[in-house]
Amino acid sequence: MSKLITDNHFSDADAFYASLTDAHRELTPEDSERLNARLILLLANHIGDKQVLFEALDIAAQLEQ
Amino acid sequence: MQKTYSNPIYPYRKSPDQDAASAVHHPVIIIGAGPCGMAAALDLAKQGQASVILDDNNTVSVGSRAICFSKRTLEIMDRYGCATPMVEKGVTWQKGKVFFKEEQVYEFDLLPESGHKLPAFINLQQYYFEEYMVNLIDKEPLIDLRWKNKLVELDSQGDGNQLKVETEDGVYDLSCDYLLVADGANSKIRSGLGLESKGQVFQDRFLIADVVMKADFPTERWFWFDPEFHRNQSVLLHKQADNVWRIDFQLGWDADPEEEKKEENIRPRIEAMLGKDVEFELEWASVYTFQCRKMDDYIHNRVVFMGDAAHQVSPFGARGANGGVQSVENLAWKLARILKGEASPMLLESYNSERQHGATENILNSTRATDFITPKNDISRVFRDETLRLAKHYPFARSLVNSGRLSMPCDYRNSTLNSIDSGFQGGLEVGFVCQDAPIKIDGRNSWLLEQLGNRFVLLVNPETLADDELTKLAAISDDLEVIDSRTLEDPEGLFAKRYALLGGHAYLVRPDQYIAAKFKQANVSDVSAAMKRALGFNLEKAQ
Repeated sequence: MSKLITDNHFSDADAFYASLTDAHRELTPEDSERLNARLILLLANHIGDKQVLFEALDIAAQLEQ
Repeated sequence: MQKTYSNPIYPYRKSPDQDAASAVHHPVIIIGAGPCGMAAALDLAKQGQASVILDDNNTVSVGSRAICFSKRTLEIMDRYGCATPMVEKGVTWQKGKVFFKEEQVYEFDLLPESGHKLPAFINLQQYYFEEYMVNLIDKEPLIDLRWKNKLVELDSQGDGNQLKVETEDGVYDLSCDYLLVADGANSKIRSGLGLESKGQVFQDRFLIADVVMKADFPTERWFWFDPEFHRNQSVLLHKQADNVWRIDFQLGWDADPEEEKKEENIRPRIEAMLGKDVEFELEWASVYTFQCRKMDDYIHNRVVFMGDAAHQVSPFGARGANGGVQSVENLAWKLARILKGEASPMLLESYNSERQHGATENILNSTRATDFITPKNDISRVFRDETLRLAKHYPFARSLVNSGRLSMPCDYRNSTLNSIDSGFQGGLEVGFVCQDAPIKIDGRNSWLLEQLGNRFVLLVNPETLADDELTKLAAISDDLEVIDSRTLEDPEGLFAKRYALLGGHAYLVRPDQYIAAKFKQANVSDVSAAMKRALGFNLEKAQ
């Protein structure tokens, strides 16, 4: 059974998206990569649940979709 | 270079076997007097089985090599009778620091769980570990340890082995039922039989330097990722006995091992790390690369591979010697019972299956540590570095920092030797190793693990059983001892907490202290069946 939420779960989707792109706006590609890595690590720990994380990784890895 | 330790030289002694008219037969011959070969002989002796060890050298490990011995390994050594000198000589540490670039990221304190006879691990040079085993073997009449005896020819057949052994008095013949092979990672016997150990070679080189510090230095494990004094590489520092410190420098694949081993090249590295004013003497140095690999099958005819010859891991996480000794303990009780006709010959196959599982787990753990220490590509390095930066401020990231995980004994929860009784909830699970607990017997302080091992034990709480049930259970086999849990005083309540033995409950404990079965209501029929299963008789039916 899937545990990853794939329907909308944001309290403010637009605000998050704007903040995400804003955070990267002035960064070099190298620093953007660092920021992304930090964000992934922080959020992954917050989620914690192995099944949720693996389902997310699996979908993320399907680059052609 | 070596000043704190001089290798003992053990004398070659001529054996009467060398003057025999024809090949003298021994049930078990072991090749290699390293930690695994000697453990095999000691374990077999504990099960009443004699063996001969052949070693082509005449001393213990030259240089320190393995240094970290885990609690489970020490528990095994305690069952043999040589853990005490190891723990007394070894260094027990629990604090460590992790550095990234020029700063300390965090420090840790591995507070050990109380109520165990032996510490979570010790640091001890391999030569001491081996020397204490040799000392014990010298007192053991069931072990014939022959130094300077080199196996030069092996004819392995389905029903036994013929050996030619070279000594300074010439070549002599031997034969054996089982040949146990612990001749190291580059096993000549393995390649001689056309067998392979397969896996991954890590394209990296490491310099190990053991140094004696003149000044005090804390008993802590320090690990540097990408430090200023050794850019883009990692460095590990920790303490062994005799004030000897192990320093491990990652060098990269392009390093020249012969150049790096020279003292004039090692000194500047250590000075850059410790500062010019720290006085030290170089004790021993070596450059190594490593592999994670194993054989697909540790058994070929009646040749059984053990230790690095069977399965090899990277040094991070201390799983080489520890995993090796744990494999040996899995093998010895089975082989002894097969030779006595008390177990199915097919039980041997469970050594392969249980320890394939063990090796896979050890290789997985040590590969993960290696991949964290040496990121395989740019994005892996980004993740590694950001994990370390976050670890300075946010505790969660410290759980991702991997400079080697503590070696824990693996479980055999899926082993075919297990019997599952789902009615007994709580306590320890079937397929797991028994945990220690402080107990008192007749008012005398003791430890639970000292009561287990070398034969099957039924650990039972007979409160709800019929009066004569204990007597009937005890009559199941000469190889089964029944221990009434009510005779074990439990001063700290840890035995009750860890084992949860309610009235009628019982554990069947294998001679290697693993749990073969649990029973909600112990009875002769279920216990007999579980013991038969643990001795491999069900494997015959399955065929």
